[in-house]
Amino acid sequence: MSFRPLSRRAYRHLSQRTFSSSTRALLADHVRIIEVGPRDGLQNEKTSISVETKVELVRRLARTGLETIEAGSFSHPKWVPQMAASDRVLSSTLSEPPASPHPITYQWLLPNSRGLDNFLKVMDDASPWATGYPTPPPSPQHESGPAPNPSTSAPDSTDAPPQAPASNSRNGHSHEVSIFLAATESFSKKNTNCTIQESLDRFAPLMAESRRRGFPVRAYISVALGCPFEGPDTDPHRVADLAVKLLEMGADEISVADTTGMGTAPATKQLLRTLKEAGVRNEDLAMHFHDTFGQALINTMVSLDHGIRAFDSAVGGLGGCPYSPGATGNVATEDLVYTLHSLGAKTGVDLDEVSRIGGWITGEIGKGNGSGAGRATLSRLRREAGES
Amino acid sequence: MSLRPLSRRAYRHLSQRTFSSSTRALLADHVRIIEVGPRDGLQNEKTSIPVETKVELVRRLAKTGLQTIEAGSFSHPKWVPQMAASDRVLSSTLSDPPASPHPITYQWLLPNSRGLDNFLKVMDTASSGEDGFPTPPPSPQHESEPAPTTSTSDADRMDATSQAPASNSRNGHNHEVSIFLAATESFSKKNTNCTIQESLDRFAPLMAESRRRGFPVRAYISVALGCPFEGPDTDPHRVADLAVKLLEMGADEISVADTTGMGTAPATKQLLRTLKEAGVRNDDLAMHFHDTFGQALVNTMVSLDHGIRAFDSAVGGLGGCPYSPGATGNVATEDLVYTLHSLGAKTGVDLDEVSRIGGWITGEIGKGNGSSAGTATLSRLRREAGET
Repeated sequence: MSFRPLSRRAYRHLSQRTFSSSTRALLADHVRIIEVGPRDGLQNEKTSISVETKVELVRRLARTGLETIEAGSFSHPKWVPQMAASDRVLSSTLSEPPASPHPITYQWLLPNSRGLDNFLKVMDDASPWATGYPTPPPSPQHESGPAPNPSTSAPDSTDAPPQAPASNSRNGHSHEVSIFLAATESFSKKNTNCTIQESLDRFAPLMAESRRRGFPVRAYISVALGCPFEGPDTDPHRVADLAVKLLEMGADEISVADTTGMGTAPATKQLLRTLKEAGVRNEDLAMHFHDTFGQALINTMVSLDHGIRAFDSAVGGLGGCPYSPGATGNVATEDLVYTLHSLGAKTGVDLDEVSRIGGWITGEIGKGNGSGAGRATLSRLRREAGES
Repeated sequence: MSLRPLSRRAYRHLSQRTFSSSTRALLADHVRIIEVGPRDGLQNEKTSIPVETKVELVRRLAKTGLQTIEAGSFSHPKWVPQMAASDRVLSSTLSDPPASPHPITYQWLLPNSRGLDNFLKVMDTASSGEDGFPTPPPSPQHESEPAPTTSTSDADRMDATSQAPASNSRNGHNHEVSIFLAATESFSKKNTNCTIQESLDRFAPLMAESRRRGFPVRAYISVALGCPFEGPDTDPHRVADLAVKLLEMGADEISVADTTGMGTAPATKQLLRTLKEAGVRNDDLAMHFHDTFGQALVNTMVSLDHGIRAFDSAVGGLGGCPYSPGATGNVATEDLVYTLHSLGAKTGVDLDEVSRIGGWITGEIGKGNGSSAGTATLSRLRREAGET
C-alpha cells in the first residue's frame, strides 16, 4: 500500500531557480497537471450537464496524457447540483475504465464522512470485479458454512458485506480522495458553517478511514491568497500552520488554492517561502490558481521558480468565480500546458487534444471557450485542416 | 522642439532585475502604459463603431490617468473600415481637448505618406485657429501684400499654405505619429505588399517630414516574436537590425509587437538580450504583447526584469487576432495595470475607471469583456454599490 504515489516521489530536481533561470535554462523537469475541470470546473458553472456528458468528459481527458483527473464530488445534490451522480461517474470508471496512454489517478472530493461512505459503497460494490469473482451475496450470519468471500482475510470470516483489500488500485488505475478547508475563519463559516478547527476535527476520522482503506488523501486549502470576506492579504502563516496540521494528520498532498484569484506574484512568493520555512516540502504541494484577475500564469512561474512541480487546472477554463459573478475561474489547462512546454518542461499532455476537449465541453455548457491558448490552438487546427 | 518627450527620458532606474527581484522588491518605478484600444484594438474588431463612440472612448480614457493614447489611424477606409473618420477623431481632440488629469500624448498611425498628408492637413487646419486668429485663406502667391501667417519663420515669407510652428503641442497636449514594419519578409509581403527594405525606403521621407514638422515618430516592429506565415521562431537579430535602422532614421521609440501572441518567456528574454547587444536602450523600447496564447503578462514580467518600463495594452482586451479567428488579441489594460500595481509599480492609472470603460466599450462592440481583471473589478464595484 503506497500513500505517496511514485509519480510524486520522482521529483529529485528541486533546486531553487530564479525566474530568470526558468526562462534561460529549459526546465526539462516533469510537471504534473491535476485536471480539475470535471469537478472544480463544472461545480462552478451555472449550467448542470448530464451524467453521460460528465462520463464522456472524463473519458476524453483520459486519452490526452493527463495522469491525474479530479472526476467528481460526493456532495449532496441539493447543495451542489452540478455534482449530482458523481457516484455514477465513479462506477462508470470502475466498470469500464477509460482508455488512456498511462495509468490514471482519479480524485474524488469528499465534503464529509457521508460522502466517504457513499464513495466507499461504490468502491466496494465494484471491487469484486477487480479480482474476477462475481458479486457475492451478503454473507449469511447463521448458515452452516461460510459463503464465498474474495476477501484476503481468513476464509472462515463471515463479515458482511465483503470489502476490497486495502488498496486504491482498480483495474490498473488509482483512486484518491480529497477534502477541503479554508485559510480564513470567515470563509470557513460562510462556506461550510463551521470553524477551521471544527473542520479539522470533522475531517480527522474521514482521513483516518480513507488511509485505513488505502486511499491517499489530498487536502485543499482554499482562499490561501485572498478571501472574498477578509480581503487579499490572507496571512501566509495561517496557511502554513494548516498545511502542517493536515500533513501530520496524514494528508498526502496539499493543494494551495487561490480561490478568488486575488493572488499576486509577490504574495505567492511570500506564501511559498512561508510554507518552506514551516517545513512543508515542495513535493507535498500542488498550486491551484484561479485566473480571475489574470494572474494565474504569473503565479505559476513564481511557483516553478520555487520548485513547485504540480499544478491544478481546468480544461477550457471551466469554472467561474462564485464571488465575482461573470468573472473567470480556474486557470485553463491549455494555457498551463502551453506555458510549461514553452519552458521546456514535460507534462506528457497533448495540447491539441486538450484544446479539442476544451472547445467541445464549453460548447456543451453553453459558454465561450475560456482558454486563450485553447482557442488559438483550435484556430490553428482548423486552418491546418483547411476549414478556414 | 523636443523629439523625445520628457516622460521618456525620466527612466533613470534601469538596473537589471531578475524576476525574483521584481517580486521581492516592490518596483516603485513608473511604468508608462500606451493605450492602443482606440486604434489597434478597434482595428482588429469585426464590428465598426460610429465616430461619435470613438470620440467618446478617447474622452473617457483621457480621464483615467493614462498619459498616452493611440487614438486612430490614417488608413484608407476601404482597407481598414474600423479606422474611418480618424481625421474627425483628431480634429475633435484638437478643437475640444478631452479633460484629463495630466497632459495626454495622442498617437496616430500613418500607413504611408498620404496618411501623413491627411494628418497634417487636419493639424494645420486646426492650428490656425489656436491663437485667436480666424482660419486664414490660403496665402495668395501673387497678391501685392503678404497674407497673415502664424509661422514663426520670416514674416515676409509667403508659404503657399499657412503652417503651424514645428511643434507637436496643441492646447497643452502632445501628438505623435506611428508607422509599422514587419520583422519577417512573408508578413511584410502579405500585409503591405512590399519587402521590408521597400517599407523602410517608403517610410524614410515620412519620418523626415514628421520630424521636420515636430512630430515624434514611433515605429512598430510587428511579428517580432512569431509570424503566422514563418512560424514562432522569428530571428531576434532581424528585429534588432530593424530597430537599429529605425532609430538611426530618427524613430523616437520602437514598439516591439508580438502580433500573433506566440511569444514565450524564453523567447522574449532572448529578444530583449539581442536588442540590448545591438545597442538598443531600454528607454527606446516599448513592448506590445498580444494575449492570444495567454502569455502576455508572463512576457511582461520578463520584460520588467529586463528593465522595460513602457507597455502597450488595450482597454477591455479590445482587438482580436486576424490570424487566429476567434482568438484573443491585445493584452487588456486592466490586467496590465493590476499586475503592475501588484508589484508596486506606479502607472498613474485608475483601475476602476478603466474597468468601467472596458465594460462599456466591449458592450458597444457587442462582444464579451476580454479582460479578467476588468470583469472582476466590475463585479467588485457592483457588489460595493449593493447591486448584487
